[in-house]
Amino acid sequence: MAGVLVRQPLDKATVSIPVGRIYIIPERCKGCKFCIDFCPRDVLEETSAMNAKGYHYPVVAEGKEEECVACQFCSILCPEFAIYTEEVAE
Amino acid sequence: MPEIVVESHPIDTVFRTERLPHIFCPGCGIGPAVHAYAQAILESGIPKERHACVSGIGCSARVPGYMDVDSYHTTHGRPIPFATAIAVVKPEMEVTVFSGDGDLFGIGGNHFIHAARRNVDINIICINNFNYGMTGGQVGPTTPLGAKASTAPYGNTEPAFNLPYLAAATGAVFVARWTALHVRQLKEAILRAMQKKGFTFIEVLAPCPVGFGSPNDLGDAIEEVWLYRERCVVDHSVYLPDLELDLRRKDKPFVMGNFVDIEKEPFDPLAMMKKKEGE
Repeated sequence: MAGVLVRQPLDKATVSIPVGRIYIIPERCKGCKFCIDFCPRDVLEETSAMNAKGYHYPVVAEGKEEECVACQFCSILCPEFAIYTEEVAE
Repeated sequence: MPEIVVESHPIDTVFRTERLPHIFCPGCGIGPAVHAYAQAILESGIPKERHACVSGIGCSARVPGYMDVDSYHTTHGRPIPFATAIAVVKPEMEVTVFSGDGDLFGIGGNHFIHAARRNVDINIICINNFNYGMTGGQVGPTTPLGAKASTAPYGNTEPAFNLPYLAAATGAVFVARWTALHVRQLKEAILRAMQKKGFTFIEVLAPCPVGFGSPNDLGDAIEEVWLYRERCVVDHSVYLPDLELDLRRKDKPFVMGNFVDIEKEPFDPLAMMKKKEGE
């Protein structure tokens, strides 16, 4: 729709979307899939590889490498303390 | 950026990492609750040496064994008497009872109501999974009416406890209910409970896929957590008798929130004795 004014946040130019990096401890994972299902940006997927106990741990999905915003929801939701995110300094 | 495989987690500073991974089933709701508690310890500003974690018997009662703070694994149903003693003798300690619904309200129900009446300065985190999970999914005091369990194959014939209502009625100064999915709100509630003087109670709804989920057709842990996501509403000023909960009922939402937050004089018999000696 040409000519329609779209409202923009006042500080849009000064705010940048954070970039996160995901750290995983595969040997702690028990494959509950909480992190995969509840990631707000759907960054994670199940790997086909297995850890020593036979569980499929999460990895970053193909094409989603730049999507993590380091919200740390996977970190605090993980029952096994097996995943966390850190913000990458620009 | 692809993921990086590491050996340790930033939260490990409050855990006895040599004991990890813990014994809880895949998808158990105790894990997120423990993480929220650990995060609250780090953010509370109170040093680790001044925290104590007390528990009774059950799945959630294994938590103090994993926490790198002063911890007590006590007899069945008796974490509150132990915690009361710590809180009275060492008032500078931040005492948290981390236990299950069966331990706190089935076997230890009497201790709970009297500690709440006295307003002992302890925090209670109650993991509610609606059954006795560790011993094989028997009917507990929180099992909803009609729900199936290993000792109630035709459905439970007893009505269940409404835990926040009970805690508020017996005199708790802070009462909250969150789920294993509402981890951030749960962490904030635990932080608030740590700041408050007096008896605080936080109920955490946790999926128990093996004990409660499978006989009641709730599916896997992940399906139960999706149920929390779809059906939970936050209402801090709800009428407390309405907080009865049955995960199988489709007509009622699950109400979460910080329901009670009042100020009351905490239990301090030693100060009263000192005052009497001084007279």
